[in-house]
Amino acid sequence: MLNNKNFLKLFVLIALIFFYSPALLLPIFAFNESQIISFPVEGFSLRWFEVLLSEKTLHGALKNSLFVALSSAAFGTFLGVLTARANSRYEFFGKKPTLSFILIPLVIPELIIGVALLIVLMQLGLSLSLWTVILGHTLLIMPFSTLVMMSAFNNFDQSVEEASMDLGETAFGTFRRIIIPMVSPGLIASFIIGFTISLDEFMIAFFLTGTEPTLPVYIWAQFRFPVKLPSVMALGTIMLIFSLVLLTLSEYFRRKIPKTESSRIV
Amino acid sequence: MSSVTNNNLKGWRLLATPFVFSLLLLLAPLLLMLTMSFWTQDYLTLDRTFTLNNYEEALTQPVYQMLFKRSLFISLSVTLLTILIAFPVAYYISFYGGSKKTLWIFLVTIPFWTSYLLRMFLWKVILGYNGVLNSLLLWLEVITEPLTVILYNSNAVILALTHGWAPFAILPIFVSLEKIDRSLLEASRDLGDGATQQFFRVVLPLAMPGVVAAGLIVFIPTIGEYITPKLVGGTDGLMIANMIQVQFSKANNAPLGAALSVSSLIIVTSISLIFVIYNRRLLRKY
Repeated sequence: MLNNKNFLKLFVLIALIFFYSPALLLPIFAFNESQIISFPVEGFSLRWFEVLLSEKTLHGALKNSLFVALSSAAFGTFLGVLTARANSRYEFFGKKPTLSFILIPLVIPELIIGVALLIVLMQLGLSLSLWTVILGHTLLIMPFSTLVMMSAFNNFDQSVEEASMDLGETAFGTFRRIIIPMVSPGLIASFIIGFTISLDEFMIAFFLTGTEPTLPVYIWAQFRFPVKLPSVMALGTIMLIFSLVLLTLSEYFRRKIPKTESSRIV
Repeated sequence: MSSVTNNNLKGWRLLATPFVFSLLLLLAPLLLMLTMSFWTQDYLTLDRTFTLNNYEEALTQPVYQMLFKRSLFISLSVTLLTILIAFPVAYYISFYGGSKKTLWIFLVTIPFWTSYLLRMFLWKVILGYNGVLNSLLLWLEVITEPLTVILYNSNAVILALTHGWAPFAILPIFVSLEKIDRSLLEASRDLGDGATQQFFRVVLPLAMPGVVAAGLIVFIPTIGEYITPKLVGGTDGLMIANMIQVQFSKANNAPLGAALSVSSLIIVTSISLIFVIYNRRLLRKY
């Protein structure tokens, strides 16, 4: 069957319809006049977008989320850069096990991370705040950033670095003037990926957030009120457009990471 | 200073910060979670004497047994379904995508850049009693009574999760198909393999590492899924994550919650290890 091109094409077409149809509902019902989310649609309206403008809690949640996402993307990328640089530049004792250890958050459910961190905070008697969410998200982002940065550093020609040192630059000067500019596409890609992960993350934020909700936690709370649903659809439409722009940007920068033979497969 | 110690020093100077961060925020919390699972909660006070009671409860109480079984069933079904959907799509892109492979991959992943929470919520909107699907079918007069088979049960959770994770399964399978040396296919054809034989004797074995990776990518997060069962699962579709969350909030029994979390982690890890060992064997074989 797989060798029958037409049959395969039909399968892919059906799969694409399956993939796309739920997301397409967002704009349909965001611009729908009716309060009730069901067919037939009633007519074009922008009123659900107008509702969003006056939602004070939403604005707060958005601000919280941006703060959390920017901070965790920055911290996660910083830690990822250190890990990746150590791993692609030096051979040292305990290299492989430490790398695997740092990558663990990739292979355990987010729920477990949330629960474990919550227990620590409870035991230490610390109160939950946006900072506790940032700690959780940084932990989650660090492995992704490490992987992105490792591909950036592995493609980096070490002789350029040696040349700079030979010509009298200090180690720090070389790092700032040679290494950072050369891996900057990787840095930007890592930051955007981290930002997107944090902005979309619900489980850890749900466990670790205090009185200030992040955007996903706010949206989760809205699901209980049927009256709020059309404006949630409007919000979703805006978020979809926003993430598409981000995706395109990160893809653009990821492709600017210079390619070598070894990385071409990935 | 010898270059080995020099490298050790330089490497560790860079790695120290992320390593300590992971110790404090990953290892220490996991160990504390393990420790707490041996404690007991007595209303507002925490009894720190060592006991296996939580595990006894987690493993023998029918409600927890059922939740573990259901979570495994849902998660494994989703894993299987996503692979069954992802494989033909990845195959088509890899073998017939021509010069537009990247565009195809982009096309397939676009809808999944909507917030995960909203995508799962959309399934509630679609499958609801007065939801999009039922209202559409009623309006088109395909049905006269709203459908209830795919509403608030495990099936709805499986459907929504399969949709949510399919694209993540496509990528690793696509990568492994791309790596297949096309001359091997010609060779098998020249040696008399038919299309079906060629698929099962050449393509599938060589693509297996990608399939196993896809399975892991889907299996690990879905077994700890909280959002989807809560939105579309009703009471018959709730999973272990929902119970764990209850222990930490309403039930106020963090030690039991910790024991349930540790048990889930052990289940996830052991099944993942089976996948990984199987994959290693495959990689060694070919």
